[in-house]
Amino acid sequence: MLDDEGDNRRDFLKCMAWAGTGALFAFNGGVGSSIGLDAALAAPARRSRAASFTFLQISDSHIGFNKPPNADALATFREAVAKVKALREQPDFIIHTGDVSQLSRDDQFDDADQILKEAGLPVFFIPGEHDMLDPEGGKAFLNRFGKGSQGAGWYSFDHKGVHFVALVNVADLKPGGMGNLGTAQLQWLRADLAGRPSSTPIVVFAHIPLWTVYADWGWGTDDSAEALKLLTRFGSVTVLNGHIHQITQKVEGHVAFHTARSTAFPQPVPGTAPSPGPLKVVPEQLPGMLGITSASFVRGRERIALIDSTLGA
Amino acid sequence: MTRAFKILTFQASAIAATALMMGVVADMARAAPAAAPAAVTIGNFTFNSPTLTVKPGTTVTWTNADDIPHTVVSKDGVFKSKVLDTGERFSFTFAKTGQFGYYCSLHPHMTGTVTVKA
Repeated sequence: MLDDEGDNRRDFLKCMAWAGTGALFAFNGGVGSSIGLDAALAAPARRSRAASFTFLQISDSHIGFNKPPNADALATFREAVAKVKALREQPDFIIHTGDVSQLSRDDQFDDADQILKEAGLPVFFIPGEHDMLDPEGGKAFLNRFGKGSQGAGWYSFDHKGVHFVALVNVADLKPGGMGNLGTAQLQWLRADLAGRPSSTPIVVFAHIPLWTVYADWGWGTDDSAEALKLLTRFGSVTVLNGHIHQITQKVEGHVAFHTARSTAFPQPVPGTAPSPGPLKVVPEQLPGMLGITSASFVRGRERIALIDSTLGA
Repeated sequence: MTRAFKILTFQASAIAATALMMGVVADMARAAPAAAPAAVTIGNFTFNSPTLTVKPGTTVTWTNADDIPHTVVSKDGVFKSKVLDTGERFSFTFAKTGQFGYYCSLHPHMTGTVTVKA
């Protein structure tokens, strides 16, 4: 996929015109790249190499949210999943990067679970802070979505030569701080990565950004530098986050950072509002607001491209 | 005369009653000096007011006016609310003097302090 530079460029530009329920990621022979949902819907299925595959990120579904600008976060989540189902080339799996629910209620988790099952794909979850609100601080989430995980819900797995690491940075948050990984998880990460060849492509996903997007709103992770230090020797690292309900991206050395949109409501650009509360756009504007598309398209040996699409497309 | 006496008696009773009531109020005040309730509104991801000074015995009520849920959690484990959705409240009565720092466990950059002094 994406082996024709010209087509690829055109697809990419076309993708820029619409925008996102999710990002579709393609790995081609161990080197990451991605195409947008609509391009994937339009393009004939073609796989140039056996090892290529795609996966999909969905984030911040906030099932149970019912205030402006979105009276029914369940409906928009269902639209997002329908969009995945309609893809001509099905992703191998979905990752949900947290805030599945608004209030960690069983019925909210159940609704999300039922809708995601309609996609008929494996789903890998990590919790957001909204998923930690049951009296036992995340047990309800872990019992349902965190089977086989460790600690507050972290784990890793391999898929077609790519190593995926799911980190939890919403547990045991410290007063005055931002996201937090904690010593136990960092120790686990060190052991998890030890012995892996540096040529292994790595995808790390966590809810709160693993770099500081905006400290005043707590949009960062206090001890993320320690995790990133462990990742520097790898030739291709992609960090996928949610939490801030908008796309931001950054490339630092071999590490590409990217945040996904929410399927529930947008949040303001850092510093443009008194608080990070929901951006109250009128209903007709909601898909359009989500429609501002941005992509990371890094060429070279560690080519990784992430393109997002919206419900409005 | 009888009538005047009655009025005087009534006045005396009223004065006595008032004195009694004042005594009760004074007793109440001694038990919980000036313990008028205090309120903190949570809005725009901020505790308003982030610093609050109250007398011992004061009940402080936090009300979440945001569209996003928050919590009120003592840094030292003295009190902890359940999650507060929009419009929900949490109250805690501060019996002892001291400084009580707290934060929102969902958005820990949100912090506040209640100072209790006599």
